[in-house]
Amino acid sequence: MTLEIADKHAIPPAPQSVPLDAEELKRARAARREAVGRWVLPIVILVLSVYFWDRLCVWNEIPHYILPRPGLVFETLLADWGILSIALINTLKITFGALLIATLGGLGLAVLFTQSKWIEISFFPFAVILQVTPIIAIAPLILIYVDSITAGLLICAWIVAFFPILSNTTLGLNSADHNLQNLFRLYGASRWQTLRFLRLPASMPYFLGGLKIAGGLSLIGAIVAEFVAGSAGSGSGLANQILEASYRLNMPRMFAALILISVTGILIFLSMNLLSHLLLRKWHESALKREM
Amino acid sequence: MTAMVKTNMQSDIVSSSPIVSLKGISKTFSNGTVALNNMSLDIRQGEFVSLLGPSGCGKSTALRIITSLTSPTTGRVEWPLEESKQKEHELSFVFQEPTLMPWATVFGNVWLPLRLKGVSKKAAHDRVMEVLQGVGLEQFADSYPRELSGGMKMRVSIARALVTKPKLLLMDEPFAALDEITRFKLNNDLLRLWETFGWTVIFVTHSVFESVYLSNRIVVMAARPGRVVNDMAIDAPYPRDESFRTSSVYAGFCRDVSDALHKAMIVGDHL
Repeated sequence: MTLEIADKHAIPPAPQSVPLDAEELKRARAARREAVGRWVLPIVILVLSVYFWDRLCVWNEIPHYILPRPGLVFETLLADWGILSIALINTLKITFGALLIATLGGLGLAVLFTQSKWIEISFFPFAVILQVTPIIAIAPLILIYVDSITAGLLICAWIVAFFPILSNTTLGLNSADHNLQNLFRLYGASRWQTLRFLRLPASMPYFLGGLKIAGGLSLIGAIVAEFVAGSAGSGSGLANQILEASYRLNMPRMFAALILISVTGILIFLSMNLLSHLLLRKWHESALKREM
Repeated sequence: MTAMVKTNMQSDIVSSSPIVSLKGISKTFSNGTVALNNMSLDIRQGEFVSLLGPSGCGKSTALRIITSLTSPTTGRVEWPLEESKQKEHELSFVFQEPTLMPWATVFGNVWLPLRLKGVSKKAAHDRVMEVLQGVGLEQFADSYPRELSGGMKMRVSIARALVTKPKLLLMDEPFAALDEITRFKLNNDLLRLWETFGWTVIFVTHSVFESVYLSNRIVVMAARPGRVVNDMAIDAPYPRDESFRTSSVYAGFCRDVSDALHKAMIVGDHL
């Protein structure tokens, strides 16, 4: 009470339209410039590189079967859209299928690991072995042993993608605040309640971090597996298109397929970022910094 | 008003049997540290007891043993008022940190103890809003902890402890991390709530001034090994307010308790 009165006497309320001082204005301008530059600069660099690529072909008279001009790549992308779109859909199926199993599998294993220290001690080393063995070395074996090519591809992509989710979520589940864990014990919470109301929410930022990595890795896993499988036909994906085009020295189509893979990767990355932002924006430090 | 509260309190103390008894509690940690040595203490119903002592005197360990988060090496904790040996003793705990779930709103955090008992959001709504009103945060039900100041977070933590209508409230240095102005304000709020609801409070602190202001009984403890060295009654009438904080009675109690604490620490140094 006395404090409030003291406040009123001490500082008169600042009028709304006070002109900012030079330093604050400079800071505001810098912030605006950065916000615009964040989007504009990468686009300018991209456009300049494509232009330079085009000029390079013209100046050096490089034939299109060695390095096609960007315009030709774009034309090929449109002309071969029929073939490429089917390949894209096949690759997307493997990528998202693998990501889905990796998410469920990684999350499930992480929960299992944190329920019993002994399970974690027993099985975690094998998860590491799966992770550190290059997928390209195991893929041929898997594709021999598994009859269905789709299943083989899924397994390969899954092996690459599940580890970041597993290790991040395990870390997250174990990092729930100790006092909160005590509080849950005090209120007689069951294992399931502690998992659902405490450990899973606490692990969310870690899980989403793992998911961001896994999104990119599942695409890489899918492409690598397709290269190893190497088959043409109805189930063939973008990697098969690249292989086939390289046999025929069809450079424009190789570039077109490559661009589709890159764009897919970028879109996966952006959507994971968006998902993470939407889920964490209300409470987690990582999402708060953006607003500041 | 003052007289009425006083008589209530006196009758409480006369009639009440202990709500919880520590019988010869000792605790030795696996690294050999003796946290508590043969501590016996009866906490009677309606008391506001402060455990006061230097760091390492086992105040917090004693609280954890009462909650059965830690089990004693020897001795036992008795709950004379309860017929069955049920696990939950209708007690609540307030930690030194607010210990809120950052992903849940203020409402969600206060709802938690009820939610764990299977009370739906709808059924818990009135009860949660009532305790939020009690700590003056009913307008912040939908806010997230990060949007609140330190003092407000602590109020949420207290509201969460009160939502289960506990008989015994355990507080482990709850205001230690707050600035003095906020701390005084929360002291007053806590006393007001205690007078209204009449739970028993065990309050751990290392502030002489805070313990005298709040409690009607101060248990002074010494360190190495942790033990009780003095048990002092602070029989100043409630309600206490800012005028009590500046009164000579208050200063006198502070001097006595301070002396007792110094003696405890000197004894500790000799050992």
